Amino acid sequence: MKSPDSEGRPVSRLTISALAVLFAAYFLVLSALQPARADVNIQEVTSAGGIKAWLVEDYTVPIVTVRFIFRGGSTQDPAGKEGLVNLMSGLFDEGAGDLDSDAFQLALDDAGAEMGFNAGFDGMSGTMRMLADKREAALDLLRLAVNEPRFDQGPIDRIRAQIVASIAARSRDPETMAGIAFAQALYGDHPYARRSEGTPETLAAITADDLGAMHRRLFARDNLIVGVVGAIDAETLKQELDRVFGALPAQADLAAVPHVKPKLDQVVRIDYPLPQTQIQLAYPGIPRKDPDFFAAYLMNYALGGSEFTSRLFQEVREKRGLAYSPGSSLANRRYSEALVVGAGTASDNATETLAVIRDVVARMAAEGPTDAELLAAKRYLLGSYAINNLDSSRAIAETLVQLQLEELGIDYIERRSEMINSVTREAAAEAARRLLSAEPAILIIGPEEKEGN
Amino acid sequence: MQALSSIIRRTTAGFLVGILLLAAPALAQETGDVSTFTLDNGLQVVVIPDHRAPVVTHMIWYKVGSADEKPGESGIAHFLEHLMFKGTEKHPAGEFSARIAEIGGNENAFTTQDYTAYYQQVAPEALPMVMEFEADRMRGLVLTDEVIAPERAVIIEERRMRVDNDPGATLMEEVQATLYQNHPYRLPVIGWLQEMQTLDRGHAVAFYERYYVPNNAVLVVTGDVTSEKVRELADQTYGMVARGSDLPPRTRPQEPEQDTMRTVTLRDPRVSVPSFQKQWVVPSYSNGGKGEAEALDLLAEILGGGIRSRLYQQLIVKTGMAASAGASYDGGALDDGRFAIYGVPRGDASLEAVEKAADAEIARIASEGVSEDELRRAKNRFVRGMIFARDNQAGMARIYGSTLATGGTVEDLAEWPQRIEAVTVGQVKAAAARWLDQSRSVTGYLLPASEGDPQ
Repeated sequence: MKSPDSEGRPVSRLTISALAVLFAAYFLVLSALQPARADVNIQEVTSAGGIKAWLVEDYTVPIVTVRFIFRGGSTQDPAGKEGLVNLMSGLFDEGAGDLDSDAFQLALDDAGAEMGFNAGFDGMSGTMRMLADKREAALDLLRLAVNEPRFDQGPIDRIRAQIVASIAARSRDPETMAGIAFAQALYGDHPYARRSEGTPETLAAITADDLGAMHRRLFARDNLIVGVVGAIDAETLKQELDRVFGALPAQADLAAVPHVKPKLDQVVRIDYPLPQTQIQLAYPGIPRKDPDFFAAYLMNYALGGSEFTSRLFQEVREKRGLAYSPGSSLANRRYSEALVVGAGTASDNATETLAVIRDVVARMAAEGPTDAELLAAKRYLLGSYAINNLDSSRAIAETLVQLQLEELGIDYIERRSEMINSVTREAAAEAARRLLSAEPAILIIGPEEKEGN
Repeated sequence: MQALSSIIRRTTAGFLVGILLLAAPALAQETGDVSTFTLDNGLQVVVIPDHRAPVVTHMIWYKVGSADEKPGESGIAHFLEHLMFKGTEKHPAGEFSARIAEIGGNENAFTTQDYTAYYQQVAPEALPMVMEFEADRMRGLVLTDEVIAPERAVIIEERRMRVDNDPGATLMEEVQATLYQNHPYRLPVIGWLQEMQTLDRGHAVAFYERYYVPNNAVLVVTGDVTSEKVRELADQTYGMVARGSDLPPRTRPQEPEQDTMRTVTLRDPRVSVPSFQKQWVVPSYSNGGKGEAEALDLLAEILGGGIRSRLYQQLIVKTGMAASAGASYDGGALDDGRFAIYGVPRGDASLEAVEKAADAEIARIASEGVSEDELRRAKNRFVRGMIFARDNQAGMARIYGSTLATGGTVEDLAEWPQRIEAVTVGQVKAAAARWLDQSRSVTGYLLPASEGDPQ
């Protein structure tokens, strides 16, 4: 009886872990793309104008979902104008072509479509969800937004003011401060150390010309990836691809970004009298294309990736009741990777909790997962793909984009089971040794440690 | 952005059903055919087939939440939800979770003021296993004293994480406690700390024995399964569970006539920009008169539902005094619902000015009403939302489960679009005038430690 998106305020047994909250802004956590069945019918579609997209055609619900990404996100912000790409992401429904902000938004509403743009460190993504019978009107508006954003001064000033207000609102929040400090400690002078939202000073320096210039640099056909799901056939999609993206410049103009290893073996403390201390540990990670990626992924599942059965869950929560959501994950970005562990615990228990975590990690580093743990991890990964990665049209579209972004190949789904099954216990143990032997970077947000504690 | 969404998906993916499209899409498959039946022991069952993906979502909803707790035992509904994972005589602790994990399934549970739900997402072949385990723990839970203390520590950490570490959440809790003067909706679902510390095995067992019975539950299964198959499996599993004692009607202490304007203020050094929220007790879909909840839903959408809403356009776009502003309506409760507005100033604007401007938008609707065009657009967005919702099986399970657990019916949901269509501009105006009365509102202020009083 509620409108479809309205929900109460449930308290759930496990939700986003404290770890996720803090690291959300700093790592792209892989949702490990592991298709379970070979019967997903992905079509590769190439338009007359050379625009490529992956399509999953389905008519069960009369909607079409289009997702795309232009490689190159906030890492492309010029020095002194940090926050430019993020600001741009807020301006695509604020006027395009002949339509000003008001007219564009009304037209979008009339077309029955939802459109969103989002800036990440490594890409500018967009999603549009539309009713199939209003597809043409909706995609007309997407064409305008992608090709002819107006960047009018009024909307620029307004959206900028909202971002500045949101930065100001979090300026005394210890977790925000900790996130900024930890990113700087981990990444030094790499663009990942910067705030993708910018600062009030850098935002003030951004002009409409800067936005226009960045738009021309990023929005090009050679750095575009598209995934489409729903009530549309390949031939129609080809025409729509040319209509929406065909007039973009052929080549993007991206600044090179170096790969960076996070700086480990350091402790960052944010002293604040919180009732619960947040603990984060960052270890070396593993690139997505590394031949041992799955060995590391399976090992991490046993360590802390599995919500109810992992070692961290058992030792920290089940046996000792020290934290609500202890866990670990592989956090991969285009130019950096890490394995992160986290937990939130009563401030009096912070020392004990950190010791338990370090002990669990040390044992995993020394011995690797057991045969039984490895088998359980494999079984989970083999069975979980449909549930975790293809859970709605929107998620399938995102998966289609991710598969292309990570250059895993259209036959990845068929190869994946073999890649998982072939991981030996020795390989998983080696991955544990490789990732977990280092002295981690540690972040602690909580009351100042007392003498003798 | 992607980081956040992928982490959220990793941890809450349990709610979302996979759609693995088969080579030959079943063109005729509509998700509209919902069937419902009741077992002899009183368990109500809802099945919504969707054969696009080899995945099923299985949810059991108990019609009990924090508002049904005894005085002094706040948090027991949620504590029991945690304890439900501690094993039965047949299946020791951890076995159910391990069985689900080893087939790649997801599971979780959640508690609200009105219901407690447990869910699993698995391949269709695993549905019999899941139903066997879930039916087993409906009556077979074994609680030992050893599991109580560590799990109580876990829920207390959960409280610290969700509430005590966050000034905004702390204020919300206090606003809630002030908004409801008599109804147990004033209690936090997680519980008050000092009462959580006293919860023991006896409280949990008593709560479990009373409420966890088939005649107080609703089973919802969506996805790649037929109604016939669910019926067969339900007869073999849940059907074996004995009916419990009849529960009395869920009559909770109701709100008296509210006739004061109240304010709740929290100052905290972590706050650098002030904000306000204002709430009212209003009718819900369960207890409202004909069309009343629908009108409130549309009022919230028109007043503050998005970038085309009045609050957004007036406070953020036209005057530029606010960084954010909006409105929401929670009409899904078994008893009274809640209506809320909020605002955050930007630049040199004062919090007081933003609150006044928001109040003025409410007054304008109460005196002049809304336009036919605004109403038509809001209705279209709602109806469109129902079509988009069909794309997500687990979301559908949740819509049906929450409705049935709060006294609604499958028919209510089927008729909802028509009832939304029937709302008139006059009804929206009347809802604003009648319910959003400042003299019975509760306003929460979240303020920096050093600033002056907003009044």
